[in-house]
Amino acid sequence: MNIVRRAMIGAIVVASFAGAAFAQQPSGTPIKVGSTLALTGPLASTGIVHQLVGEIYVADLNKRGGLLGRPVEWIVKDDQSKPDLARTLYEQLITVDKVDLLMGPYATGAILSAMGVAQRYNKLLIHHTFGIPNLAKYEGHFPAWSLGADPANTFNNTLHDALAAQPNPPKTIAVVTSKFPSIHFMALGEREVAKKRGMTEVLFLEWEFGNRDYGPIAARIKDANPDFIYVGAIGLEGNQLLDALKKIDYTPKYHFYMYPAPGPMATSPDTKNALAATMFEEHAPFINNPGAAGFVKAFNERAAKAGLPYTSVETQAAASWTAWQMLEAAVTATKSLDDKVLIDWLKKNRVDTIQGKLRFDGPSNYGDDLMRVKQVQNGKWVVVWPKSVAAPGATLQGP
Amino acid sequence: MPSSTLLAQSILSGLFIGALYGLLGLGLSLSWGLLRQISLAHFALAFLAAYLCYQLSHVMDPLATLVIIVPLFALIGVAIQWVFARFRVSPFNSLLVTFGLTVIVEAIIQGIWTADFRKLESSYGAAKFKIGALYVPVPELMTLVAALALAFGVHAVLRHTDLGRALRATAEDGPIAAAFGMNQKALALGLAGLCAAFAGIAGVCIALSYTLAPSQIYAWIGVVFATVMLGGLGGAIGPLVAGFVIGVSESVTMAVISPAWAPLVSFSLLILVLLLKPGSSR
Repeated sequence: MNIVRRAMIGAIVVASFAGAAFAQQPSGTPIKVGSTLALTGPLASTGIVHQLVGEIYVADLNKRGGLLGRPVEWIVKDDQSKPDLARTLYEQLITVDKVDLLMGPYATGAILSAMGVAQRYNKLLIHHTFGIPNLAKYEGHFPAWSLGADPANTFNNTLHDALAAQPNPPKTIAVVTSKFPSIHFMALGEREVAKKRGMTEVLFLEWEFGNRDYGPIAARIKDANPDFIYVGAIGLEGNQLLDALKKIDYTPKYHFYMYPAPGPMATSPDTKNALAATMFEEHAPFINNPGAAGFVKAFNERAAKAGLPYTSVETQAAASWTAWQMLEAAVTATKSLDDKVLIDWLKKNRVDTIQGKLRFDGPSNYGDDLMRVKQVQNGKWVVVWPKSVAAPGATLQGP
Repeated sequence: MPSSTLLAQSILSGLFIGALYGLLGLGLSLSWGLLRQISLAHFALAFLAAYLCYQLSHVMDPLATLVIIVPLFALIGVAIQWVFARFRVSPFNSLLVTFGLTVIVEAIIQGIWTADFRKLESSYGAAKFKIGALYVPVPELMTLVAALALAFGVHAVLRHTDLGRALRATAEDGPIAAAFGMNQKALALGLAGLCAAFAGIAGVCIALSYTLAPSQIYAWIGVVFATVMLGGLGGAIGPLVAGFVIGVSESVTMAVISPAWAPLVSFSLLILVLLLKPGSSR
């Protein structure tokens, strides 16, 4: 009797586990999510980050039961880093591939192109890293990169708060910047903020994106010898400038780079104490956000397998993961694939993400500016400001 | 006004980058002027060589990679020329075909090394010395020396040897040169190999001084084309001098006015020269 009872209990337990597992298996017609990414061309080094994140997320989502019980199929096309091609491909995704939902591309130009198409078809467009908030006019766009509606003012003030808290805060500033659109307006904003915060501008320089020779720029910085260099740099520009400064034996005191290539900037021997903007780094308290630790582990492994030289999660990967979290949250909460329903829900609700809780009820659907200041310390990026989100024990290191 | 040190350092910087323009322009000028081929693939080959140098530098000195890269690229150049001759590719078509080759090489580079940035770390990278108040970085100095040596070496060969005369005669009028017993096909193969080898050397110089990314292949095309046009096709000294003029003009513009104005310099100079001295680039 005892044996029979045990067997029955065992059978019930097994059946209930099997049932649970069965319930998590998505079934039915796949929900098609379409996007483009810069898989080739000048932006491909970052495009692959978004590709890996999307693959990890969709695989995980399907393991958890998909969306509305249906499997999710991600259709991703290569926009070759060309905004005009991104526009054509988004049109194709809607009209030919007949995707149910869109996911935005990477980079401001491509996102702007996709936004135009999404607007024409009244589709929801959640996007990853759009750098110029005031250009986003479509009411159905939602940014996964929480930089606020006016980052040129809000983030630069955050940066100055960090500098002002130093024992010997810098008094003179050189603003040197690429004319790359999403960088340039931040540098111009910095000039205003620095002026209001009482800093003396000793040098202002602009260069065209794609500049090859940083020698003369470095020589002018050395000549001006500022306490703080604000470098409106994207990608490798920061490293190239630091290389040129090193060649003339000049070590900057405080130095900030807007959106540097994270790997080369962190691992170069010449970038000690370099500052930059971020909204996620691989340490507490960020890693404690729901799902963050698992994502970081999965991304580290996939990135290493893909041969990426820098395998850590930072702004790009985190924004990409956030975008998928937003899409899942909206679909799950509304139990709908109707773009209008999803748009309305996102406007009125907050979404829990690995960046924190995001809202989209501000100007141009932007919410809080959650950008933080990070610094290269011992070959790694650590957040140093605001103190509430700084890495355990980390403080901003001065010259 | 900038200080004299700033100005002198900027001029030095301009000479260094001008040397690289000249070095990249040397092979392009020779293939354009003497082979009548406008080879966009020259830039792709240079970057392929830079990536090979980066890869091989893990097991050998970056300069020693020249022992492998130069002959390998000479062979690649010969092979490309053989195909061009076999299919009688015209100058205009060579532009299109080599553009296709460039895209293929870019894809190969991206496939092997990914689109991420790669930086060759070597003892040369940080090496520099001072002359008075001026800093002289060793990798850039090596590029300058290589550019001068190759330009003057090629110039000497073209002007003072039978081989050079044969090459010039073949470029001037192939059938007549052939009638005088010159082996047009062999000369073309040899010259194409030489041009590709120069691309290989330029690639090693790029690897020593710059961070690499596949898409940067295209960043050099405009300015090097301007260098070649300005310096004259088929010559060796001309592109180098034009490279110096453009490099120094860009650097001085950066130092005195604004770095944002620098990209206008090369093409403004080109337009100016073409207006004042039309036909000078032939």
